[in-house]
Amino acid sequence: MAQTKREMLVDPLVDNNPITLQVLGICSALAVTSSLQVAFVMSLAVTFVTAFSSMFISIIRNQIPGSIRIIVQMVVIASLVILVDQILKAYAFEISKTLSVFVGLIITNCIVMGRAEAFAMKNGPVASFIDGVGNGLGYGLILMLVGFVRELFGAGSLFGITILETVNNGGWYNPNGMLLLPPSAFFIIGLIIWAFRAWKPEQVEEREYKIQTVEAH
Amino acid sequence: MEGLISLAVKAIFVENLALSFFLGMCTFIAVSKKISTAIGLGISVMIVQAITVPANNLILTYLLSPGALSWAGFSDVDLTFLGLISYIGVIAALVQILEMVLDKYFPPLYNALGVFLPLITVNCAILGGSLFMVERDYNFAEAATYGVSSGFGWALAITAMAGVREKLKYSDIPDGLQGLGITFITAGLMAMAFMSFSGVKL
Repeated sequence: MAQTKREMLVDPLVDNNPITLQVLGICSALAVTSSLQVAFVMSLAVTFVTAFSSMFISIIRNQIPGSIRIIVQMVVIASLVILVDQILKAYAFEISKTLSVFVGLIITNCIVMGRAEAFAMKNGPVASFIDGVGNGLGYGLILMLVGFVRELFGAGSLFGITILETVNNGGWYNPNGMLLLPPSAFFIIGLIIWAFRAWKPEQVEEREYKIQTVEAH
Repeated sequence: MEGLISLAVKAIFVENLALSFFLGMCTFIAVSKKISTAIGLGISVMIVQAITVPANNLILTYLLSPGALSWAGFSDVDLTFLGLISYIGVIAALVQILEMVLDKYFPPLYNALGVFLPLITVNCAILGGSLFMVERDYNFAEAATYGVSSGFGWALAITAMAGVREKLKYSDIPDGLQGLGITFITAGLMAMAFMSFSGVKL
């Protein structure tokens, strides 16, 4: 095995982040990040589903016929998501209301399918489990970063606790309402990608067209 | 009828699946480099969405919702918790059937759309459409309208995005933003533009 277990866990955090580099699982990353608490629950749910679906699929990988593997993977993932959905409805009803359809959409979250297909079908259960946790955490990291910025500057609070007293409540901070609206998530993720790539220049994409300067004679 | 039209306009512009709910983002970002492929994918999503949302509505009404099985003698059975797994099953099966039908009867269309069809199974916009239909308690007519119009909205968004990106590739962008980064920011600006529709009431 080329990677150690530690690398498998740490690698997806920055070097091979599912959102900023593999372009997977963006769908839900944006919609659930207007408050940190919701983003936190969503990260936990996705990490749980990715880790266990990778593990189960890896256990049965030698029994799955190639032609129906997508459907088998779907069934495993969907069962785990139903489990998460029911647990959230039972113990955190408020949060499950805010997440609305996005819990169900973990099924089609490309991270889960992508890791099942790319990693779990070729590796053992323990390695797949760790890979799943790592990718779930990499997804969670971006989610928490976006959630942190949006809640702190959009509502002046973190986890629902007021940090910056807003003008409406007699404080000094004039909240940026734009950050609570969906489009801001795009900007924040775009900027996070910029920051990551400034830090790790090898992730920068090739230009399709070189801009040439013509020398004057 | 008026209700349906206003529902359609709302699903296309105000509650655009791609730009205000971020559904189908993975494909939205990945397959929006050329206008022609974007249109192909957009049409496939629209067709699949128009079939799956009403189909899932029938399944919900006649098989899953509480008391729906009373015709079979199980009047107090509530199977709604099986919703997720049956919707995704229906979507996967329908995409497969659609692929076979197109292959047999409309080969040119199949050749044009072929590569995108399997991708659609894991497109969040499709499952998302069905889940919104469940959450908002649409009846059959509303579900059919919502399916077509939300699919159209998604197709519109990805085509517009591809148009922007075709021009964008000639611009001088900072290295770190090249590719993915600038695409996100463009999508953000488009989402802001679409938000201006939110004041429209019919």
